Amino acid sequence: MEFGLSEEQKLLQDSLTRFLGEQVPLDHIRAVAAGDRKDTTAWSGLSELGIPGLIIPESLGGVGLGMLDAVVVAEALGYHITPGPFLSSAIIAPTILMAAGQTDRLADIAAGHYRIGVALSEAIGSRLDAGISVANGTATGKALFALDAEADGYLINGPDNSVYWVNCEDSGLSRKLLTTIDKTRTICELQLDQAAAHLISEDPECLQAGVDAGRVIQAADSLGAAQCMLDQAVAYSMQREQFNRVIASFQAVKHMCAEMASQLEPCRSLVWYAGHAMATASDDARVTACHAKAHLSEVAQFVARTSTEVHGGMGFTDLVGLHYWFKRIGANRQLLGSPELVRNEAAKAQNLVA
Amino acid sequence: MDLSYGPEYDVFRDEVRTFIQDNLDNQPKPGAGPQSEEVRQWQAKLIENGFHSRTIPTEYGGYGAEPDIIQSRIIAEEFGAAQMNTGFSGQGISMLTPVLLEMGTEAQKQQFIKKTIHGELIWCQGYSEPGAGSDLASLTTRAELDGDEWVINGQKIWTSTAHISDWIFCLVRTEPEAPKHQGISFLLFEMNTPGIDVRPLVDMTGTANFNEVFFTDVRVPKDQIVGQRGQGWQVANAILGHERGSLAPPDAAMSRLNGVVKLMQQETISGERVIDNPIFRDRLLKLQGRVMAMQYNDMRLLSAKINKSQDTKLAGMVVKLIGTELRHEIECLGIDVMGEIGLSYGDNPYLRGNGSWQYQYMYFLGLIIGGGTSQIQKNIISERGLGMPKEPKIAQAGV
Repeated sequence: MEFGLSEEQKLLQDSLTRFLGEQVPLDHIRAVAAGDRKDTTAWSGLSELGIPGLIIPESLGGVGLGMLDAVVVAEALGYHITPGPFLSSAIIAPTILMAAGQTDRLADIAAGHYRIGVALSEAIGSRLDAGISVANGTATGKALFALDAEADGYLINGPDNSVYWVNCEDSGLSRKLLTTIDKTRTICELQLDQAAAHLISEDPECLQAGVDAGRVIQAADSLGAAQCMLDQAVAYSMQREQFNRVIASFQAVKHMCAEMASQLEPCRSLVWYAGHAMATASDDARVTACHAKAHLSEVAQFVARTSTEVHGGMGFTDLVGLHYWFKRIGANRQLLGSPELVRNEAAKAQNLVA
Repeated sequence: MDLSYGPEYDVFRDEVRTFIQDNLDNQPKPGAGPQSEEVRQWQAKLIENGFHSRTIPTEYGGYGAEPDIIQSRIIAEEFGAAQMNTGFSGQGISMLTPVLLEMGTEAQKQQFIKKTIHGELIWCQGYSEPGAGSDLASLTTRAELDGDEWVINGQKIWTSTAHISDWIFCLVRTEPEAPKHQGISFLLFEMNTPGIDVRPLVDMTGTANFNEVFFTDVRVPKDQIVGQRGQGWQVANAILGHERGSLAPPDAAMSRLNGVVKLMQQETISGERVIDNPIFRDRLLKLQGRVMAMQYNDMRLLSAKINKSQDTKLAGMVVKLIGTELRHEIECLGIDVMGEIGLSYGDNPYLRGNGSWQYQYMYFLGLIIGGGTSQIQKNIISERGLGMPKEPKIAQAGV
């Protein structure tokens, strides 16, 4: 019996953390956020490490690792609020394609040659009457808040939670960048006017598998980002002096940090288990995925605001850049369902909803 | 990640199940007193078969098995699932016995352990005092050596089971001139010694869960000390750590939460089941996610006991703080689900669950405070877990 990361997973975590520490410094985040630099700088480095094909089987051109490994990677990416399409192109889309048995383009995705976004917001909770209809192999309508404005194509949810593939080369597809608070990942609106739509699956379980996987990864991303905010708060409090002593020696500040740590530390186990449950197709995988996503949304939000408070006025400024983590955590909370929506899905999955 | 216990444990689990099946009718009837013959015999049977005092050496009356965390876990799981009587518990078994095994003299081990684990000696713990709560090391109950006897004067408080205990393990100040942590000793003495006065302390639940204990010239043989003079603080700390994690086990929290689910499916508001009310249901689900996190945290801690290379220091430190707060909130939801019915207590005909929701709601507020308050836990987490500095000491008053 071993509840924890294997030696290989720890190695993966360490090497990725070193890589990201060098490749994704705060200056890089600032440049991406300001629009001065594309997120592709970090992503192409990650592609060389095989990250886009992390969960794609070796026989299909990927690395062939599982969801717990992906959780480890996501935690490290979140810690460094790494720009790039990991969630959509490396996790959600491959999961759906594998569940649907549509594997012919996976090698391109794994190699980083084809970057695939996802437009699934309408499957989780349609706003402003967005959605698409499909007729004669073409799709028409609107998808809001699609993940990754730089993608080469998208998996998009059609009627009854079916999934279609649309390509950006298609003249029937137009895309508009939607500015959000989180500049580390790009989000867009897709307008489709009889765009060629290739059916991936009509089985709603395929789409759901992608959403479940995405939620676990977002939870891991928030875990990493929140851990970084906690570490920054503790480090800052140890050097900032007021009343002739470091503020870390004031009980009020210590208790804020202790509250963050005590909320966050059990989350690590929840997220690891959620990854493990998905990797082993356990019966409780969906419920755990929902809880990981919803609970991490709440805890990371608490850490985000508390860490900012520990930093005092500096936390509110652009100077320390803490707000990039704050905003990443805020985005994770809403994407793929706000905590209330996701908890309701957890209730449904346990037959607690009449 | 490997959550199976492994095939070698399947055999062990089968043995435990067989014992349970064979003995379902042999366990004591509900309500049998702790001193009754059937309870004593049951305790002896549990020890004989290795389901109690499993790792305590046979020369001290235990079963003498090698420590195996997973075997202990399997026993707890199977007895829990069958709601089987698990035998005696109490501070003598959970706290004093481990200390004697580690720090007691051979004579003390021989004298106390066998009788304690067989339920023949019931113990209470004399730590807290009216003036020494969170700052326990400032305790002032004094023991002075007079010939071959300690003479004890002072007062203890929050002493569970003092009114039914045969003996007490007690922290007393023996070196008043030494720094406060180095002037304490750990004494053992009989509760029927002249000069001991036990007064029940009724708490907000309406029950006397605790007592006050007064000592006036209580004379105790000199050799009834564990460890050396002035070493009592180290002895006490070793077992306080043992107490904290066990105050709020996550599996018990999940079991109570499942009780809330049942309650929500049964209780109705204006004809609508509470479970169908989305606001109540969201509160339930929110708590469920938090309990789950604590359950997997617990599995991580269990795993770290087997695989020593895992770093779980922080994961262990948060259990008491989060576990007790969480449990208090679960009991609160149970009451809120019932609305005015949730006010019922005592002989109210609308009482649900024997009043356990109200009782536990109040009792867990006690546990948030007891065993090291939440604020003390936060000090420990920030200082020992996160490496933050202690608050600077202020100058002595009057200086």
